[in-house]
Amino acid sequence: MKTSKILLGLASIALVSGAIIAADHIDAPAVKGGTSDITDFYAFQGEDTDNLVFVANVQGLISPTDSQTASFDENVLVEFNIDTDGDFVEDYVIQAIPSNDKMYIYGPATPNETGANSTLLSDMYKSSVAITPYGTTAITATTNASSVSGVKAFAGLRDDPFFMDFAQYSAIVGGTATEFNNPGADTFAGTNVKSIVVEVPKSMIGGSGTINTWVTTKRKQ
Amino acid sequence: MIRKITTIGCMLLIAAVSFNCSDDDNDMKMETEAVFVLEDQMGRPAVNTVFVASEDKDTFNMTIPSEQAAAFASKFKTNLEALSPAFTQSTDMNALGQDATAFTNLLATDVLNVSLDGKTTFYDGVAENTLSGRALADDVITVELLLIFGGEDFSENPTLSDDNVSANDKDFSTSFPYLASPW
Repeated sequence: MKTSKILLGLASIALVSGAIIAADHIDAPAVKGGTSDITDFYAFQGEDTDNLVFVANVQGLISPTDSQTASFDENVLVEFNIDTDGDFVEDYVIQAIPSNDKMYIYGPATPNETGANSTLLSDMYKSSVAITPYGTTAITATTNASSVSGVKAFAGLRDDPFFMDFAQYSAIVGGTATEFNNPGADTFAGTNVKSIVVEVPKSMIGGSGTINTWVTTKRKQ
Repeated sequence: MIRKITTIGCMLLIAAVSFNCSDDDNDMKMETEAVFVLEDQMGRPAVNTVFVASEDKDTFNMTIPSEQAAAFASKFKTNLEALSPAFTQSTDMNALGQDATAFTNLLATDVLNVSLDGKTTFYDGVAENTLSGRALADDVITVELLLIFGGEDFSENPTLSDDNVSANDKDFSTSFPYLASPW
C-alpha cells in the first residue's frame, strides 16, 4: 500500500475524530480533563500468581507542581467490572470511592445492579487504605475481613505508566508529518496520574478461564 | 433477591420523581444509599480515541459493553478502512488473521480479555498469549499500530506502525503496587 494513500486515510480520520488523545486520556468531550476522566486501565497476574491486579488511572498529565494539590473526587466511584460468562455484563464488581484521607474498596462481589447505574456494595465487602500523600512512600493495605480476605489496595499519585509518542502521532494525523521519528519521544514522560491499584485472589472472580473486564467512573447523583 | 428488587424499584422512583422510598425495613438505608451514574469507561487502550468519531465519543462512553457491538461495529469498520485502506480488500488481514469485519467486531466491544490461568499480556509474540491481559510494560500502542498498518506479518508500513517509544520513563516494580513513584 502506498504511504500517500494511508496518509490520506489518516487525515480523513483526523477530520472526523478531532483531537485524538492517547490510551483513554481526555477521550471524550463530556469527561475531558475532569475528575472522572479515565486515562488508563490495566489487568495482569500478580507477583503472587494466585492473584489478579487491576489498575485504574484517572486525571492524566498531572505535573509535579500540580501533584501537590491533585486529589481524588469524593463524588466519583471508580468501578472494575468483571464478566465471567462471556455476555459482557458484569458478574462481579470492585468499587473504589474516597472519603477524607482514605480510599474505600468494596468487593469483589456480585453487584447490586448491572449497567449504567450503581449503588455501593454491602459493608460486609468493605475494606480501606490510606491515600498515599504526594512525596511519601506508597501505603498499602491488605484486608482480613472475611468476605474479601486477601484484597490488597493502594491509592495515590504514580508516574503515568503509559508511554507513546503522542505528539508525533498527532502531527501525522494532522498532516504535518509523514512518519514516526526514531527514536520517538514519550509525550507522557515526567507526568503523574491518580492511581488505584487493587489486587484480588483469582478465586474471588471466577477462579480460572478468561474474564472480560472494563473500568467505569460513575458520579454520585 | 427480594431486597435487591425492592432496592432497584426504589432507585427508579428516586430517579424519576425524587420520591423517598418508605419501605419499612430499609427506610434509613434508602435515604443514604446514593446512586452513581456512568461518566467514563474503558476496556482496551485507545479504542475510543482511535475508532470513535468525535460526535460519537460521549455516546460510546455511555453505551454499556453488552450493547456496544450492535451500535458501533459498522462504524469501527468504516473508520478502520479509512485509516488503513488495505482493509477494504476482503482478503486483507491483520497479523491475528482477522479481516476488517472480524477485527472491528472484536474491538467494538470495548473490554479487556484477561486470562486467570497464567501469562497476562496484550501481545508478546506468542500466539496463545495474545489478548490475555494488559501488563504495565506492554507496548500497546505499537501493537495496535502494527495491527492497523502492519499487514499480515507486521512488515508493511514500518514508518507508521511503530512510534519508537517502547518503554516507560520509569521502571516498574515486580511488587505491589507495581507502578513507579510519581515525579
